[in-house]
Amino acid sequence: MNDLPLLSLLVFLPWAGALALAALPGLSDRAARGFAVACSLTTLVLGLVVLAGFNPAIVGYQFAEQHAWIRALHVNYRLGLDGLSLLLVLLTGIVSPLALAAAARGARDVRLLGLLFLVLQGSALGVFLALDFFHWFIFWELSLVPAFFLIKLWGGPGAGRAAYQFVVYTIAGSAFMLLGFAALYAVTGTLDFSALAKLGAAGQLAVLLGPKAILAVFLGVFAGLAVKVPLFPFHTWLPPAYAEAPTGVSMFLTGVMSKMGVYGFLRVLWPIFPAQLHACAGPLLWLALGGVVLGAFAAMRQTDLKRMVAYSSVNHLSYCLLALFAVAAGTTPSGPAAASALSGTMLQLFNHGLSAAALFYGVGVLERRSGGRRGLNDFGGVRTAAPVFAGLCGIAMFSSLGLPGLNGFVGEFLIFRGVFGLAPGTAAIATLGLLATALFLLTFWQRVFHGPRAGAAAGNFPDLDRSELLTFLPLVALMFLFGVLPHLLTGLINPLVTAWVTPLPLP
Amino acid sequence: MNSLYADLFHAAAPETVLVVSALLVLGFDLVVGRHRTLAQRLVLATFLGGLGVLAALAFDLAVGATGPVFGGALVLDPLAVAVRGGVLILVLLTLGVASAAPVSRQPAEFVALILFATVGFLQMAAAQQLLLGFLALELASLSLYVLAGYDKARPESAEAALKYFLLGAVSAAFLLFGFSLLYGLTGSIAFPEISHALAYQPMSPLLAVALVMVLVAFGFKAAAAPFHLWAPDAYQGAPTASAALIASASKLAGFALFWRLLWSGLGTVAGQFTYHQSYPGWLTIVALLSAASMLLGNFAALAQHNVRRLLAYSAIAHAGALLLGLIGAGQSGPGPLFYYAATYGVATAGAFGVLAVLERHGPAQELTDLAGLYKRSPLLAGCLFIFVLSLAGIPPLAGFFGKFAVFASALQLGGVASPAGWLALLAIALSAVALYYYLLILKQALVARPTAAATPVKVPAVAALTLIVAAALIVLLGLFPSVLLSLV
Amino acid sequence: MNALPWTLYTAFAGALLVLFTGARSAALARGIALATAVTGLVLALFAAASFVPGPGMQTLVDIPWVESLGIHYHLAADGISLTLVVLTGLAATAGVLFSWNIEERAGEFFALYLALIGGVYGVFLSADAFLFFVFYEIAIVPKYFLIANWGSTRREYGAMKLALYSFAGSALVLAGLLWTYAAGGAHGFALGELARAASTLPRGEVIVIFALVFFGFATLAGLFPLHTWAPTGHVAAPTAASMLLAGVVMKLGAYGCLRVALPLFPEGFLYWQPIIGWLAVIGIVYAGLIALVQDDFKFVIGYSSVSHMGFVMLGLAAANARAVSGAVLQMFSHGVIAGLLFAVVGRMVYDRTHTRQLADLQRMPLHRLLPFAAVTFVLAGIASMGLPGFSGFPAELTILVGTWASSRVWALVAAFGVLVAAAFTLRAIQLAFFGSTGDSAPAEHGADAHPLAPISLPEKLGAGLLLATSVLIGLKPDLLLDWINPALQSPLFQAVIRKGTP
Repeated sequence: MNDLPLLSLLVFLPWAGALALAALPGLSDRAARGFAVACSLTTLVLGLVVLAGFNPAIVGYQFAEQHAWIRALHVNYRLGLDGLSLLLVLLTGIVSPLALAAAARGARDVRLLGLLFLVLQGSALGVFLALDFFHWFIFWELSLVPAFFLIKLWGGPGAGRAAYQFVVYTIAGSAFMLLGFAALYAVTGTLDFSALAKLGAAGQLAVLLGPKAILAVFLGVFAGLAVKVPLFPFHTWLPPAYAEAPTGVSMFLTGVMSKMGVYGFLRVLWPIFPAQLHACAGPLLWLALGGVVLGAFAAMRQTDLKRMVAYSSVNHLSYCLLALFAVAAGTTPSGPAAASALSGTMLQLFNHGLSAAALFYGVGVLERRSGGRRGLNDFGGVRTAAPVFAGLCGIAMFSSLGLPGLNGFVGEFLIFRGVFGLAPGTAAIATLGLLATALFLLTFWQRVFHGPRAGAAAGNFPDLDRSELLTFLPLVALMFLFGVLPHLLTGLINPLVTAWVTPLPLP
Repeated sequence: MNSLYADLFHAAAPETVLVVSALLVLGFDLVVGRHRTLAQRLVLATFLGGLGVLAALAFDLAVGATGPVFGGALVLDPLAVAVRGGVLILVLLTLGVASAAPVSRQPAEFVALILFATVGFLQMAAAQQLLLGFLALELASLSLYVLAGYDKARPESAEAALKYFLLGAVSAAFLLFGFSLLYGLTGSIAFPEISHALAYQPMSPLLAVALVMVLVAFGFKAAAAPFHLWAPDAYQGAPTASAALIASASKLAGFALFWRLLWSGLGTVAGQFTYHQSYPGWLTIVALLSAASMLLGNFAALAQHNVRRLLAYSAIAHAGALLLGLIGAGQSGPGPLFYYAATYGVATAGAFGVLAVLERHGPAQELTDLAGLYKRSPLLAGCLFIFVLSLAGIPPLAGFFGKFAVFASALQLGGVASPAGWLALLAIALSAVALYYYLLILKQALVARPTAAATPVKVPAVAALTLIVAAALIVLLGLFPSVLLSLV
Repeated sequence: MNALPWTLYTAFAGALLVLFTGARSAALARGIALATAVTGLVLALFAAASFVPGPGMQTLVDIPWVESLGIHYHLAADGISLTLVVLTGLAATAGVLFSWNIEERAGEFFALYLALIGGVYGVFLSADAFLFFVFYEIAIVPKYFLIANWGSTRREYGAMKLALYSFAGSALVLAGLLWTYAAGGAHGFALGELARAASTLPRGEVIVIFALVFFGFATLAGLFPLHTWAPTGHVAAPTAASMLLAGVVMKLGAYGCLRVALPLFPEGFLYWQPIIGWLAVIGIVYAGLIALVQDDFKFVIGYSSVSHMGFVMLGLAAANARAVSGAVLQMFSHGVIAGLLFAVVGRMVYDRTHTRQLADLQRMPLHRLLPFAAVTFVLAGIASMGLPGFSGFPAELTILVGTWASSRVWALVAAFGVLVAAAFTLRAIQLAFFGSTGDSAPAEHGADAHPLAPISLPEKLGAGLLLATSVLIGLKPDLLLDWINPALQSPLFQAVIRKGTP
């Protein structure tokens, strides 16, 4: 068991599945869907295997694999897993098959869809597991291509433009990130994250690059990550892309891809540039706050349900960054608050993935029932027409809201607790976001699900069928599970958080 | 005395053979050709003429480089032997071309004239004396004038001959006057003695006048600007085979004589010109002639739409480069100059040969007459391809190496401190200009579609053989230039 | 290693053979051409397999040629030459595969093509400056005829412009080399001997000579502002010629800069270095911006070639070991990628749709009609953007890293150029292949409603070959860098690298 390169298998099995799909042109839609979902499930299976062998008490990377790759450039093929990665791998394993099944249902050219989806999944996993910039960046960039085509070819009327905008923004950001890392490589001769983190922590990078240059490099890497999260004001690509993309793709985008950005902040930006992040944390805090508040308020004003959920994603992800920046800005010994904030961030990553995916799926169900409409005013009284659906969707909504007892509560609570301890003013303003979130979600709930049957729900509006139930139920079940037993998750990350927090305060 | 004359006859064996064959050609035609068609008579005449040339070539190689002959009137040094051999080969090619070119009358006379001209060329190559050089030059020129005007049916031919003759006669007068001044200044007509005598004389106005006159005459002979005015009309109007001869063998022999006169005869008054010191001499004038020829030849050729005039202006440009080779020969010897002139001759003769064959099937004057040659006759198109590219100076053909060697010799004179170096750089720059008009020719031949009236061209066997041999020579001499360079 | 000269001999022999037999049957011509190209590739790979990387050039043939001028027929190779010879083999094979549909005058076409290939092989293997120059010029004439006879848009103008610019560039080089030979009193034309002769010349002369030689070569490499021949020429050329021109022949210019101009005249290089660097980065951005507004698909690719060559010239200008190795890697990578791009545009799309206007292509759902072409172009476009996983990424990364050490401003501008490249590539992909979803009624397309010919097997093979190479080098650039880096340790390169690095 220990000899198996589990992490490599994790990353490459979906790609192998994609290749297989490419090589079998005659596959029927049903068979293609089944095969693709099966390949996608391998991630979950392997993730659970890894979970079984994972020892949370160890702070460093486990299941590490390292091979020399490009000697001339001192690049190594290095994969490794710690608590954070494990969380995200599991999240991917859960969300991906569900998203794929949702996307493939009723779509044309399922084989191509499945192929692209598996490539995307493999790339995302690669981002979560790679520890050397060279292949990390390959995975990072490679994820764009299938995403572009998934949005463009199966999306709504404005999909072309949305996809184009998405790719151009992300590539623009990545170009700066690439340049930053090129500069780092030029002065240090290595692209390994751990090595760079060591140098960064010791202040060596500032010495090697010079004060101006290191700030520029930091900003470059920051730009690449900020666009991906997205951080206000780099978020304008997100609502159109999420809205135009087909349901399953939106589930994956919000469930997994958005986590890549925050993961990048935690794994790459903060360890390598602690001093710079500390210096810039003040303004960044305000940006994150902007995302929180403005995201939520913008969601409130939407009549398109999908865009509403998209903006709410901006809001929720900004919480994660809010916490991180608050920790980075900290000047006083603030162990417990920082620990709380960081744990909250990671939990929020996981939980938001589940709840947002579920929400998109719910909107997708609405869309399919109504023949393509998804406006706030296009529905009414769905609760009467489809009670099971209403119930499950409601749970997803309340999880997103942060109702105690559901998984969304723990992450948000920890974040707020931490940020209140570190930057109370900011936290106070952020509660506005909470308020606004509650407002729009409840509006959603009330308008669509309550009241007399109206709009699309007035006619034939069947309840969830078997496959839809199969997609919704696992998500909701997990929401309950992690709401009631959050220590299942925190147990994985606590030692890690403790280790991160201990070296604080920063100079 | 007897041994002197015996040596002379021995050395002049090729010339003798040529004269004899000329007479034989004439005689044969009188006897046998009386009742044959023009074409048959032409073939017979060229065949006999060719045999004669081959015999002369054999004699030339047999005689070898024996040194001064007849008290120094002639000299058979390696250059002379090589140039004579080169001239004979070029004449052979011209005869091969002539066998395919339609002649309006008296083919035997045509061939005989060619052979007489060749006698003149051979003497020019070996002359080491003012009078003999002049005689040889005139013998050749007179034959060439008649050859240029041979086609009585076309007024252009007469015009060409007249222009050529008038300007040629004037230049002959200049030359003779210059020579007489030189004799007066030095008291001798032999080149080595002239050189020796001039070494002790400062540059006097009289000497300057003599030099200028000589150079004017040679400028005319070489079709160097600004004495080139006869060339475009002569190339355009003369019968194709005549033009081939004028362009090839006459140039080679002319430059050989030029070289000998200027370097072994007037070498001491060559002068020197660098930016640090300059002595007056003929080098400056030759440099000016060279620059003028290259500039005028290349730029005027750009505007031409008649392929023969284009070749004429390109000849002027090449004359400029040959003059540069002449300048460089002071330090590097005549090797580059000989190589360039010989290979240029082959290429030009070949180009005119293609035109000659084409003429049998329609006009071959304008560039557009070449349209679609690749379809009408792949052989002609392929050969023309090689000839034109050699003229353009594209490796690995001989024309490229000729240019390279000449430029290298010019630059070795003093790098860019000397104007010869700048001339070389100018020549290199102008070669890019030249490529344009050479590609225009090839564009017509190899790219443009044949016109509706175009018929397939059948190439007669002898002409085909000639063209293939010429093309092969260009390629082989380009790949193995040492063969020619080591001859001198 | 001794197999390498045979690459050029077989190319020329093949050219002659095709010329004489191709008149009879186009199929025979194609077959011979393919066999010749593949032979060249196999020989190159065979030599590569036994290659031991080292600093100096390994002599393959050295025969005195013209004694009086000291010219030798001297062929030699080091890691850099080998890289480019392999590239030539790949490009040649792919080019022949993509020309499988040429019917008219096929014998002449393939003869000219193989002669061009032979000339290119010769340039990469020459170690004597005269021989280098001979092969360099041999390559010019076939280009003219390939474009003038079998090309498309404004082919005669494009062909003449290309030929004259190339020739003018080589005239500058000839002037510089002869000047060095004559003024420096060199005993021959071996590169080392010319370097020695150049070192005896005064600094002012060296600066001028370097300018002549470098900018002469840079004309063929498409350095701004000497690049204007390239888009016109590449657009006018038939597909295989474009593939070769943009893919390999432009690299001749860069190779000349690297092999001849830089090592022979390091002082001259030092003087001109800032200007060259600025011209390179301006070219990268300028050509990219122009590509962004083109209406003709092929022009987009033509300008993108100029932009990518700017990266190569930037790597040379930065003149440290890393940047130069990146430049050579980029030469290889772009050679393959440009081949792919032109193949899709010319052969797969234009030969079928008979239009290259993006506005027209936008109305056709090409991703439905030509899925293979769409996929190939998307992958080629990704590679062209420099996205990781393909050969462009390690090449551009290495160049950027190396340039950062020389001049941060250049690196920043070049990075902007990467962005521009992404933009115009995406635009081209978008408009050409994904302009319409094809769900609208077929009647809308009018005459284009009839189905397009399927992608033939030779095209698939060619595309597969080039794509596989790009991915292979993208994931394992070591394969080439292990050859290139030791070659840069040679004394001639070290002289310029040491001087060039601030």
